[in-house]
Amino acid sequence: MLEIKNLHAAVVGGKEILKGIDLTIRDGEIHALMGTNGAGKSTLSKVIVGDPSYEVTEGTITFNGADVLAMKTEERAHAGIFMSFQQPVEIPGVSMTNFMRAAVNARRKALGLEALKSTDFLKLMRDKRKLVDIDNKLVNRSVNEGFSGGEKKRNEIFQMAMLEPSFCILDETDSGLDVDALRIVAEGFNKLRKPDTSALVITHYQRLLDYIRPDIVHVLLDGRIVKTAGPELALQIEEQGFDWIKDETK
Amino acid sequence: MSSESQYIELYRECRSMIHQHSAPLMNALRDEAMADFEAQGFPSQKVERYKYTNVAEAFAPNYGVNLNRVNIPADTAEVFKCDVPNLSTNLLFVVNDKPLASSTRDGIYIGSLCDFAMQHPDVLQQHYAQLASTKADAINALNTALAQDGLLIFIPRNKRMEKTLQVVNLLRSGVDMLVNRRVLIIMEEGAEATLLFCDHAMDQVNFLTTQVCEIFCGNNSRLDMYELEETHTSCRRFSNLYIKVGTDCTVSHNNITLFNGETRNTTDVLLMGENSEVTLNGCVVADKNQRVDNNTLIDHQVPNCTSNELFKYVVDDSAVGAFAGRILVRPDAQKTSSQETNANLCASPTAHVYTQPMLEIYADDVKCSHGSTVGVLDASALFYMQQRGIPIDEARMLLKFAFAGQVIDAIRLEPLRDRLHYLIEKRFRGELNKCTGCALCK
Amino acid sequence: MANEFVKKVAEEKYKFGFTTDVHTEIIDKGLNEDVIRLISSKKGEPDWLLEFRLQAFRYWQTQTQPTWGHLRLPDIDYQAISYYADPTKKKDNAQSKEIDPELMKTFDKLGIPLEERLALSGTAVDAVMDSVSVKTTFKEKLSEKGIIFCSISEAVKKHPDLVRQYLGQVVPYRDNYFAALNSAVFSDGSFVYIPKNTRCPMELSTYFRINARNTGQFERTLIVCDEGSYVSYLEGCTAPMRDENQLHAAIVEIMVMDNAEVKYSTVQNWYPGDAEGKGGVLNLVTKRGLLKGANSKLSWTQVETGSAITWKYPSCVLQGDNSQAEFYSVAVTNNFQQADTGTKMIHIGKNTRSTIISKGISAGRSENSYRGLVRVGRKADNARNYSSCDSLLLGSLCGAHTFPYMDVQNNTATVEHEATTSKISEDQLLYCNQRGISTEEAVGLIVNGYAKEVLNKLPMEFAVEAQKLLSVSLEGTVG
Repeated sequence: MLEIKNLHAAVVGGKEILKGIDLTIRDGEIHALMGTNGAGKSTLSKVIVGDPSYEVTEGTITFNGADVLAMKTEERAHAGIFMSFQQPVEIPGVSMTNFMRAAVNARRKALGLEALKSTDFLKLMRDKRKLVDIDNKLVNRSVNEGFSGGEKKRNEIFQMAMLEPSFCILDETDSGLDVDALRIVAEGFNKLRKPDTSALVITHYQRLLDYIRPDIVHVLLDGRIVKTAGPELALQIEEQGFDWIKDETK
Repeated sequence: MSSESQYIELYRECRSMIHQHSAPLMNALRDEAMADFEAQGFPSQKVERYKYTNVAEAFAPNYGVNLNRVNIPADTAEVFKCDVPNLSTNLLFVVNDKPLASSTRDGIYIGSLCDFAMQHPDVLQQHYAQLASTKADAINALNTALAQDGLLIFIPRNKRMEKTLQVVNLLRSGVDMLVNRRVLIIMEEGAEATLLFCDHAMDQVNFLTTQVCEIFCGNNSRLDMYELEETHTSCRRFSNLYIKVGTDCTVSHNNITLFNGETRNTTDVLLMGENSEVTLNGCVVADKNQRVDNNTLIDHQVPNCTSNELFKYVVDDSAVGAFAGRILVRPDAQKTSSQETNANLCASPTAHVYTQPMLEIYADDVKCSHGSTVGVLDASALFYMQQRGIPIDEARMLLKFAFAGQVIDAIRLEPLRDRLHYLIEKRFRGELNKCTGCALCK
Repeated sequence: MANEFVKKVAEEKYKFGFTTDVHTEIIDKGLNEDVIRLISSKKGEPDWLLEFRLQAFRYWQTQTQPTWGHLRLPDIDYQAISYYADPTKKKDNAQSKEIDPELMKTFDKLGIPLEERLALSGTAVDAVMDSVSVKTTFKEKLSEKGIIFCSISEAVKKHPDLVRQYLGQVVPYRDNYFAALNSAVFSDGSFVYIPKNTRCPMELSTYFRINARNTGQFERTLIVCDEGSYVSYLEGCTAPMRDENQLHAAIVEIMVMDNAEVKYSTVQNWYPGDAEGKGGVLNLVTKRGLLKGANSKLSWTQVETGSAITWKYPSCVLQGDNSQAEFYSVAVTNNFQQADTGTKMIHIGKNTRSTIISKGISAGRSENSYRGLVRVGRKADNARNYSSCDSLLLGSLCGAHTFPYMDVQNNTATVEHEATTSKISEDQLLYCNQRGISTEEAVGLIVNGYAKEVLNKLPMEFAVEAQKLLSVSLEGTVG
């Protein structure tokens, strides 16, 4: 369970973006976070995973009872938090295999498990690759280097399969128009999802939510969650935009 | 006493001894070379090509010189570990300046320069000191005046060296020592060779090495050459390399510096024949107080040649990395294609990087570019890796390794490539402070 | 085809090459302490300034002319030059304040009307001929805002404390050989002071003209932009066609305080010499700005088409934290012109940023070099530099060179440099020809396109002028 209480955060040395967020995501729940550009949706996701460009000025985040803010970025990952990046970075020269091996074994080490033997690791790669239907060619290249937008998304899902997180953040803020990318992420997530897997889906548009049915929809405006309701809220926003919510909160 | 005077006096006092233990052809050039040295003195740092290395300071201490050719034993079995595993090579040890063996097989001569000079004075005369001008460079002058032996590789017309030749340069001495080594490589038309030079220091004394290497690539020859320096922090190396390239050649040279004290590598390539392709690559991993200064010139004198240059530095602690690469395209060298890249990672607040790529172009129908960067590891890549659970140190290591990997991956000699991957990865993991092979490091 | 075009360029006339027939008081040739005392007394200078000149002169005598440029600098006989020429001096020492109509005509002809009613909109001009400022326009209007814009001679008289406080602070006389020479003999130039929190309402501009024979011009410009202020400054220059070389060794010093911004634009069109390489101005200039204040900004933009030899590196010292510097340059060389130009970006403060965009265009038998230094000091955390230097070769007898130096002592800095060399391709020309554009016009188009990134940085009136200048300088040079 992810619990966020009164979270304030700012760009390091810059202005405050999150102005008191309260959010609880129980195991197995899917929450959608919607809002206008610049409302702070991506900031929230980056603060949860521990992007060093932001600093938390107030409030707490706990994950399954542990203090997330006291954990390093990688420790948060080991605890089961995974973010599917909006724009996955290219890392030239680092092969997918070495990259995944380092990630998988770091997690295993944190969980007190032995590092995987090379053959077992390669088998795992093979199995997961089939599961998410990613081309072998992509896995043999450097991380995300020269991948198309869709390939990058597929690679995110592949990594999700490898790391088996219990809480996923799907940041799809800007790819609202790229239906293909949305579908890849959504279908991949649905396939990998277990009954207790929870998720925070960030999007501008209802469209992504056609693929991933949220239990709860939040609207984030100017650093605060101003409205929380069931899936019908997303439909209403699709039809009417955000202005009526803005008016309501005035 | 100036840095120069001790060498001038040494030569004056020991002239006959030097002559006595060397070949007449080499002796014939000494007086003039010493006069050139006296006239120039060591280049100051105001001299453009020596901006980043203080030569006089390096040569100021009092080093011994083995002019009387006292035999220095080397237990080659002991150093054999330095060998690159899985590499099927012909192995030749050179102790200080003296090859331990000379051989002629299938017309290919590998061995002592002096011995070859006695047997084939005509061949030597046409090549020795023809590229390394004693007027233009004081190190050349000093080396030509003092060097008594060295390595000669002669590959006759259309002969191919079947196996990679691995030359292991061993520095051995009980006292601080100046070693003046000469290398001459003559590749006749159509010759082919792969050469790997490894520098090791076997004793914990101060070594100062001057190496002047002249390479003649005849038309349609192929040379793939690697120099790997794995000495220690008390070693200074001044290497001047000249490669003259004929028509239709493919030449690649790699300079890899992993362990050293202070290194200055000058690499000058003269493209004298059309349709040739030259690659100059280099990789430097430096920490503590290591200093590495690579200074290159690719001189396009004729049309239709291609040159590529890639140097990568990872500079940590208080190390200093310098790179200056000049591409000169002469008026007639139309259709030249030349690309130069120097990328540096400055990994500590006290490390220092200088980079100076230069294009000097006098022909209009050319494709030339250079790029140079000094930077830090990509923060977004680090974050991405951390989000996947990779600890920050591991993520940094992977990125550093990927950075240096670009040069290592271009090495065609697979066992060497694997060996360097292994050595560099260990180095970045902090698991290895010295090379494991040398007697010293055990 | 190419050769014909190359030949044609020699016929291109330098349209600013006329001379002005005006009585000019010229002091005797030669350089010694007496000459310096004479210049100082003619200008009625205070003792401290004479002392400054003499110190500089004594230092200069101990130095030798630098040789590191990629230039064949002729031996300059410093004793064969007159160091002071005053075209405003009346023959009979008449006290009239009227400016000789010949001078007014000259500047009209150059497109720089000195009557305010005729002026280019929104531009104030300080017009300098030879050693003396002829007229500064809009002085009164500017002074309403507290802005000082006048010749440096006048500033020495009217604002001695300001001049004394800042002169030689950014470019000390020991900086280099030509800076020492200038500090000893500088004649006129402009002085600008923008007081705190003031946005200068018009473009300030200085127009430099060399007229007299066998004289050197040693102008000195000092710009101080105080906290929170902004100024855009333009500099233009021309000279008559003379067979001998004319020496021009100027200094520009700029001081930028907290949150202030200065834009400095130059269109340099000194006489480049004839097609055989005879004559032309030797343009040996030291320009430097100190970004002293936090968040300060300085931008140099230069279009260099003239001069037989150009040796100049408008530089920035990024001392204030978060300061930002830019250098945009187009340098065109033709015939026997030589240019060795570029910039220095010295990062000292934290979070400092610099950008270098240089476009070199060489034609004829000219030599065109970019030389630049980017230095990141030990304390310049998070410094960023991006440099891009492109060379375009028109013809096979010219040279294009790039000599960037990077010196990085901070591990949080990112410095990037890239350079390319290319020529106008036959394909591009054919394409233009097929669309009905003559080769000559096509070259102008392509070169202007190539230089656009820099030209766009110029103020509007200058940009139009510079575009024309580029086409004219290169007419017929297709390679």
